[in-house]
Amino acid sequence: MESVFPQLEPLLAQVNKPIQYVGGELNATVKDWETSTVRWALMYPDAYEVGLPNQGVQILYEILNEQPDVLAERTYAVWSDLEALMREHNVPQFTVDAHRPVGAFDVLGLSFATELGYTNMLTALDLSGIPLLAVDRDDSHPIVLAGGHAAFNPEPIADFIDAAVLGDGEEAVLEMTAVIRQWKSEGCPGGRDEVLLRLAKTEAVYVPRFYDVEYLSDGRIKRVVPNRADVPFRIHKRTTMDLDAWPYPKKPLVPMAETVHERASVEIFRGCTRGCRFCQAGMITRPVRERSITGIGEMVETSLRSTGFEEIGLLSLSSADHSEIAEVTKGLADRYEDEKVSLSLPSTRVDAFNIDLANELARGGRRSGLTFAPEGGSERLRRVINKMVSKEDLIRTVTAAYASGWRQVKLYFMCGLPTETDEDVLEIAEMAHDVIRAGRAAGNRDVRCTVSIGAFVPKPHTPFQWAAQEDADVVDARLKLLREAINADRSLGRQIGYRYHDGKPSVIEGLLSRGDRRVGAVIRAVWEDGGRFDGWHEHFSYERWVQAAERALEPLGVSLAWFTTREREELEVLPWDHLDSGLDREWLWQDWQEALSEQELDDCRWTPCFDCGVCPGMGTEIQIGPTGAKLLPLSVV
Amino acid sequence: MARQSPNLETAPVVQRLRIRYAKRGRLCFTSHRDFARAFERALRRANVPMAFSAGFSQHPKISYVGAAPTGVASEAEYVEIGLTEPRDADEVRKGLDDALPPGLDILEVVPAPEGSFADLINTSAWRIELPDIAPSDAEEAMKVFLAAETVPVERLTKKGRRELDARAAVQYAAVTQGNAAGNVAGSASASPRLERYAIIEVVVQHTTPVVRPDDVLTGLRLVAQLTSKVPARAMRIAQGALQAPEAGAAATSPIESWIRDPLALTGRT
Repeated sequence: MESVFPQLEPLLAQVNKPIQYVGGELNATVKDWETSTVRWALMYPDAYEVGLPNQGVQILYEILNEQPDVLAERTYAVWSDLEALMREHNVPQFTVDAHRPVGAFDVLGLSFATELGYTNMLTALDLSGIPLLAVDRDDSHPIVLAGGHAAFNPEPIADFIDAAVLGDGEEAVLEMTAVIRQWKSEGCPGGRDEVLLRLAKTEAVYVPRFYDVEYLSDGRIKRVVPNRADVPFRIHKRTTMDLDAWPYPKKPLVPMAETVHERASVEIFRGCTRGCRFCQAGMITRPVRERSITGIGEMVETSLRSTGFEEIGLLSLSSADHSEIAEVTKGLADRYEDEKVSLSLPSTRVDAFNIDLANELARGGRRSGLTFAPEGGSERLRRVINKMVSKEDLIRTVTAAYASGWRQVKLYFMCGLPTETDEDVLEIAEMAHDVIRAGRAAGNRDVRCTVSIGAFVPKPHTPFQWAAQEDADVVDARLKLLREAINADRSLGRQIGYRYHDGKPSVIEGLLSRGDRRVGAVIRAVWEDGGRFDGWHEHFSYERWVQAAERALEPLGVSLAWFTTREREELEVLPWDHLDSGLDREWLWQDWQEALSEQELDDCRWTPCFDCGVCPGMGTEIQIGPTGAKLLPLSVV
Repeated sequence: MARQSPNLETAPVVQRLRIRYAKRGRLCFTSHRDFARAFERALRRANVPMAFSAGFSQHPKISYVGAAPTGVASEAEYVEIGLTEPRDADEVRKGLDDALPPGLDILEVVPAPEGSFADLINTSAWRIELPDIAPSDAEEAMKVFLAAETVPVERLTKKGRRELDARAAVQYAAVTQGNAAGNVAGSASASPRLERYAIIEVVVQHTTPVVRPDDVLTGLRLVAQLTSKVPARAMRIAQGALQAPEAGAAATSPIESWIRDPLALTGRT
């Protein structure tokens, strides 16, 4: 397959940051086209600077390329300056690895971390010459496959994709590759329909065209049923067990262009059972599976040696919860004592233990800022969302932090949580004031505290999937009240930074998160009207979405508000009910009811199972340490 | 671990190395900032014992010398680094080259003598390819350009529009004919010569603001209406101190003879 680079090159001289389109990153792979039997184009549907560091894409890229007869290349969303030139000069969407046209691949796999990438998918399809609607495609077009967290409700993009896969991708991509390889070796019998059917029969791949959605006269869904006898009623998520057997990425990509994360990342565990009720990631990635301390040590070493990065991020949904996190951080701190390498531990809880960890990570060095996420302003609200941290805990923790030399504390919150009132949000101001007072009491007068707050979006497969999303005007009014309350005391307010995201983009995210197939027409209309890069504040147009939603939804008797601010009843068929995340629907409903009665729920790692349904349903189990192993100093080579 | 305390006692520089590298192919789109980041990573990956600045935020001791613009290839980019332990120059060259992606190629590493590296570099030789221009047209245009007293051109910079004289900095220019292979760097290929494929070679002194290949092209358009539909491709072929070729030989000398190699004085190992 010919490279389109000769046609692309003259255009690159005319666009902003051309380096993002040329590939050639350290540890990138280019394989021979002709000798590969199954060819994947992997897309992260956002700009290169956001997409390149994505772990999911890097993992699958490496796993697929390790197969002798499989080729995987990457593609990212192009900015509008290049898009216009590509249209003018008939240059198709290309991969950055070998600049091959995306339309020539067998599969175009898109990783959706957020729903706001949907319009960018349409740009890529259109530039590739792939018909936007799956029904218009023929055997010459790639299978358009969606994955990532947003794929747990792919209904809004059901018209545009051929298939979706739920859950962990490591084994799923290899199994899909095997199905496609076999089908191709037989001479592609039955064409596109046949290969999609074979994938659907695995029960791990959702093929929307094989399912019909019927609606009630009031707009709710009546049922979702297979339209042919040989596909399963439900599709189940995939779970990769034994993370130590999948130490990817082994050779992280090192970009020439500047990206959002300039570090190598090592995933220290997957899944979370803290049970925060707003958190889709925690719900759909269960159970907790830890990478062993020795496995982590090996990955850190390989990553550092193969990249030259200065920073290693120990990733997970709540990194301090690893059963041997103290040993891991101390072991790594000792091991890399003499090198200019720093460790970061994103996503940590509010407790004193984390101050010890943070001190270890910044051993002997400068202590800049610590981040905590109480999420809810009042203790009552934190019981509703099951994020259990008392104000006393927080003050004790920040006092310890300030006392050991930290100067800045960042606090993350959400606004518009179920049952929330103005008073709940105003308590954030009190909390921030107390944080500054705690710093002063610890003898440090120039401490700072930053309050960062955004609007809550209810997500599928969580206890809040039935909840009414708060109206954007209410959210914005509360955000304004909070600002005033923070600044009511000038002397404290001066030391408090306030960052917020207004409520409007979250309403659209809410529409795309809990929408059904009728929302596809909205996405298409927005894209046709020029909608691109909706995850970027400066490119997002709320008015465009509102107008498109009015035109596309209201003739059907539903609306933007119907999808977002409407509370659902227990028995309403939800658009994603036929997609199995392992969570028992009755358990989710019960947890929703317990939320409303402000009841907390423990973590099943340390208390008996509370029957969320995942382990028995998926045939999985919690995998945690301690292993008792230690990280030994590396022998000198 | 990151020792970020205000470190006043850093290991001293015991060796300085001067490096020539190339920016080739699609990596010509690397900006200077991109290169600097990649180079620092490569130094770590290649285990080069870098000296660091003192203070809160420590930086490896690296001096960059006038980088080629983004989108312009180069066979002659230079950088100097400070080491805390002496290393064999050629091993450093190999280690760094392996640690950088193909397209950012380390060509030569030599130990530096005393003195300022920047002082050895004040001139560049550029090769500009014009794929749809007849060499005779380019030659005519260049004559008009060279005959002009001044050629004021405007360039859009981050600080707004800037006017500069494209003529004053140009010391020498020659026009040749390109071949079908389309590439220029050392292409001794037997591809047929192309009727419409001009190659302009210019020797340009580093003035402030610096005159770039595209400024020369803008000048040719302004004074001689030389325009091209196909974007030109530029490459730096040499960088160093200006030296006039021996009297009488100028017209026939290869362009490189106008530039004194900045690594030549150091006595290559």
